[in-house]
Amino acid sequence: MNLNDSPSERGLQNSRRNWLKWMGGAALAPVLASSAPAMAAKAGPRADYFPNAVLETHDGKKLHFYDDLVQGKIVAFNMMYSVCTGICPGNTANLLQVQEALGQRLGKDVFMYSLTLQPELDTPRALQEYVNRYHIKPGWTFLTGHPKEMDTIRRKLGFFNDDPKIDANLATHTGMVRIGNEALDRWFMMPALSPPKQLARAILQL
Amino acid sequence: MPRSKPASLLKLSRRQSLQLAAASTTAALLAAKDAASPVQAKDLPAGPHTTPFVVPLPVYTAKTPIGTLSPAPTPQANVSGGECGRPSHQRAAEFTPQKYYEMHVKEAYHSFHPELPTQKIWGYDGLLPGPTFAERYGVPITVRIYNDLPANAIGFGSPEITTHLHNLHDGSESDGFTGDYYSRTKFGPTMTAPGAYKDHHYPNVYADYDDPRYDATNGDPREALGTLWYHDHRIDFTAPNVYKGLTGFYLLFDEIDSGNELPDPNNPKALRLPSGVGKYDIPLVFQDKQFDSSGYLFFDQFATKGILGNKFCVNGKVQPFFKVERRKYRFRLLDGGPSRFYEFYLANGSGVNQRFTYIANDGNLLPAPLNTSKVHLGVAERADIVIDFANYPIGTRLYLVNRLIQTDGRGPEGPLVNTRGADGLLTTAGTQLLRFDIDSDPAAPDMSQVPAKLRELPPVNLAEVVKTRRFEFDRENEVWTVNGKTFDVDNAVARPKRGTAEIWVLKGKGDWHHPVHIHFEEGQILSRNGQPPAPHEAGRKDVYVLEPNDEVRVFLRFREFLGKYMMHCHNLTHEDHAMMIRWDIVE
Repeated sequence: MNLNDSPSERGLQNSRRNWLKWMGGAALAPVLASSAPAMAAKAGPRADYFPNAVLETHDGKKLHFYDDLVQGKIVAFNMMYSVCTGICPGNTANLLQVQEALGQRLGKDVFMYSLTLQPELDTPRALQEYVNRYHIKPGWTFLTGHPKEMDTIRRKLGFFNDDPKIDANLATHTGMVRIGNEALDRWFMMPALSPPKQLARAILQL
Repeated sequence: MPRSKPASLLKLSRRQSLQLAAASTTAALLAAKDAASPVQAKDLPAGPHTTPFVVPLPVYTAKTPIGTLSPAPTPQANVSGGECGRPSHQRAAEFTPQKYYEMHVKEAYHSFHPELPTQKIWGYDGLLPGPTFAERYGVPITVRIYNDLPANAIGFGSPEITTHLHNLHDGSESDGFTGDYYSRTKFGPTMTAPGAYKDHHYPNVYADYDDPRYDATNGDPREALGTLWYHDHRIDFTAPNVYKGLTGFYLLFDEIDSGNELPDPNNPKALRLPSGVGKYDIPLVFQDKQFDSSGYLFFDQFATKGILGNKFCVNGKVQPFFKVERRKYRFRLLDGGPSRFYEFYLANGSGVNQRFTYIANDGNLLPAPLNTSKVHLGVAERADIVIDFANYPIGTRLYLVNRLIQTDGRGPEGPLVNTRGADGLLTTAGTQLLRFDIDSDPAAPDMSQVPAKLRELPPVNLAEVVKTRRFEFDRENEVWTVNGKTFDVDNAVARPKRGTAEIWVLKGKGDWHHPVHIHFEEGQILSRNGQPPAPHEAGRKDVYVLEPNDEVRVFLRFREFLGKYMMHCHNLTHEDHAMMIRWDIVE
């Protein structure tokens, strides 16, 4: 154990080790083999926490969730779907101002991501149309994927309600932004409707 | 990791806890196999076994001031000298500091329990909890708070700080506003420059100082606070920063609550409550924490409802014991969060409730002591109680027990789980948090007393009220809101005028509990759900617990200082998810 590790870092490593213990070696091998083939290449603090599923971007790229979108980056996620007439239009408009305020660092070490809640309907093409409609600039990527994997990622980001009925209701979907600096394993949330300057400053100061 | 929803460990035996951990393993396995099932199981691993009552309770004597600060403190921020860019101290010339302190916020090693690994925490002076300040009204002080935290700390928490002194009557620049955070490289939205330290000017002055009626006493002594606490308030990261250790006590004394239990012919007003900070006057901060199976502190950064622990710490130790003499003690109980409510009982080894005396709520002495069997606290609420151990023979063991069951951040379970007898007391066995060992007779006779009258309440003059404001605490689309809005650090939603009074109506919506804290001024509850407040809430308060659909009307006055203050839910997770407003006192 490196004494320079922070308690939480050491806690995290230890939790992982114990999780392995609880799982039992025999049960573990097939699960890991089937769900995380790229594990050996992962290195960041949240490598074992986040899935590494392949997602599709609005501009047609296929990227691994953890390796390509999260690892070592400052990230801001929100949930949306392209035909939402509830909170999405307002949130997107506000986040556009955040995008402006993030300036030069957006797309370099800071990344904005929107995950669709309707991956069955929101194809990359539908998301590209959404990007065009709102004049969203590069550095803010819209993502879709296999519904089960999208759902797992959503929950890992803390975007869920304990009540399955509320959780399944698109009308009450989350209006929060999950923000994190993966390299420092520092995570928090802010409402998407926070003052854009306040949101941008919080992201840039991570 | 299956972490999101802590288990109810309160009524479980060790064996049951293990079974529960095993169940959660199964859940984790299922979750890993099936991506569609919830990734976070319902149960929290119990953590390693810790034998209760093997660690002595840490008690501190008061922190020692230093002769001078270098560079000397200045009302204006000394940015070139290393201070962060803050607004100037208000009324610094009127309340000239007479004592100086230096405090360093830093990473340090801490042992929560001998059966858990010694591990890094964040502490004021490296201590968990931080040092105890014992101050007096009429003696202004300056505390220079250095931020020595590692800038690139990995894991939960953010190493910029803003220290709130809850609930001192002081200028907003020393209040620890959430946007006033600083480090050597970063500074908050309401600051102008980073810095190694910040000078907090604490005038230690009664409210109503400016009212000529109280010239003789430099303010209204009926407005005194006694039990205050300081903690980090860094916007978006208050819960993890406090959880990592940034909490401490600040006690205030005056002629009435004199800190001297011996007869003093020069001070006939003295109540002579049990006295001697760290001896017979003992602050107790209750914080529940999650430890992983290797015994390291764990904090779920992805939780949104609240954080509940699997072990209970008192003054930073898991289930400590405290040797006491057969005499009266004053205990100052603080619910240090992050999210749990408590209902404390004093019980003997058979679980039979013992009565004690309730003397102060939220740090404010009640008009008269209450003889009671329980104290109910939400996060950030305080209660001062007096226990007379002279009633028990040497060798007796008593326990401070939490009988309230709470299994998630929503609030304590309802009446079906938290069942009460005809006497209104909870019937569950609960968890023993702290053991008192009645150890010896006092060397000197116990001269302390609890008089039948403590501190008078200042009058509520409704004719002074110039405005009534209503604040609804709600949740929409997983977003915590106050009046439908989220927190705006730059803009106040209320601007009461200095020298006026208002009524604030606080309304809880939905099925959540929210302990709402109003900075700066102590209020008085006019009504709770249309009824007069219960006796223990009938004094002055700064935390107003809203149970689902509660409506509390509070009388507040705005005096002496100007600037930005806050009102927020003190479930620290709700607070970090922006359940907060800024309000400003204006001319």
